[in-house]
Amino acid sequence: MHRTKIKVAEDALDANTTIAHSNRDDFDREHVSVVNLMSAPGAGKTTLLERVLAERGETRVGVLEGDVQGSLDADRLSALHVPVVQLNTDGGFGGECHLDANMVRSALPDLNLSEIDLLVIENVGNLVCPAEFRVGEDAKAMVCSVTEGEDKPLKYPLMFRTCDVVVVNKIDLLPHLDFDLELLLHNIDRVNPEAQVMRTSARTGEGTEEFKDWLLGVGKALV
Amino acid sequence: MHELSVSSAIVDTALKHAAGRPVTVVDLRLGKLRQVVPSSLTFYFEIVSRDTLCEGARLEVEFVDALMACRECGHEWDPEPKPEHGELVGGELLLPQFRCPQCETAGAEVLKGNELMVESIEVNEEAGVT
Repeated sequence: MHRTKIKVAEDALDANTTIAHSNRDDFDREHVSVVNLMSAPGAGKTTLLERVLAERGETRVGVLEGDVQGSLDADRLSALHVPVVQLNTDGGFGGECHLDANMVRSALPDLNLSEIDLLVIENVGNLVCPAEFRVGEDAKAMVCSVTEGEDKPLKYPLMFRTCDVVVVNKIDLLPHLDFDLELLLHNIDRVNPEAQVMRTSARTGEGTEEFKDWLLGVGKALV
Repeated sequence: MHELSVSSAIVDTALKHAAGRPVTVVDLRLGKLRQVVPSSLTFYFEIVSRDTLCEGARLEVEFVDALMACRECGHEWDPEPKPEHGELVGGELLLPQFRCPQCETAGAEVLKGNELMVESIEVNEEAGVT
């Protein structure tokens, strides 16, 4: 019995990346732009989507909703008359905490890609794992609410670094909080100086036009 | 958390290259910019490898420091929190530096630090078989 060393040189997440590319091919073929929307639980992803999708105009939008359990978010968004597919991750190990390329791929047959221009994937509320898994998206956006703490970018740098857009939400609450917005913006700049940062209140609508324009623009750029 | 998915993927990769031979060592290169906790990884690796040819294998993790390169001025640096980046948060140095410390341009390239690579494996061969 002797030992042999074998060179491998393979990315451990190769399998996921391969499936993400297959997803990408399907999206490109049908001219669908895809945004992966992430955040901590309760930051306001669904409320923000409710507001901007209500004003989507001519853009045909579909939503892939990721949650551990239930269809509450999907139900809210269906009320806007957009096709919504709910993906529940509670199939194994008590619930997968993120969407990966394979899970997204499993939901594609339920979406009619030829009838949408923009697919929004609302990921599971989680600041850690979704950042590691590409699913075939064109762009990534995250929502960070002012009730979460100015040090969030320092604690979760990969999530903040991986996103093209950071939406700072719940700004209507600022008068009631000891929150240092400038410090948050400074910390975001330290970990991702390229990120486009927006300030919104999904509740009042303040600032949401900028996010809407960006979101719908990801779709129009490819049409 | 996702260390379970990652260690599962590592075991799958190792088994593929082992081609039916028992694995004794898996060498992993892990960049400092990844959010994978090494102790969780080895914990789940041990669990996921049970009843496979990776059972009992040692997961060796080699850490790779991050290295950025400025697209504007060419300066290279490690973005992880360092004393020369200056700022203190609550008495501790916590701030990373992803904007070029030389010319303050954003959009630097990541040369090193994103690795999550199975570099090599070691397998047991039957004596007399090449």
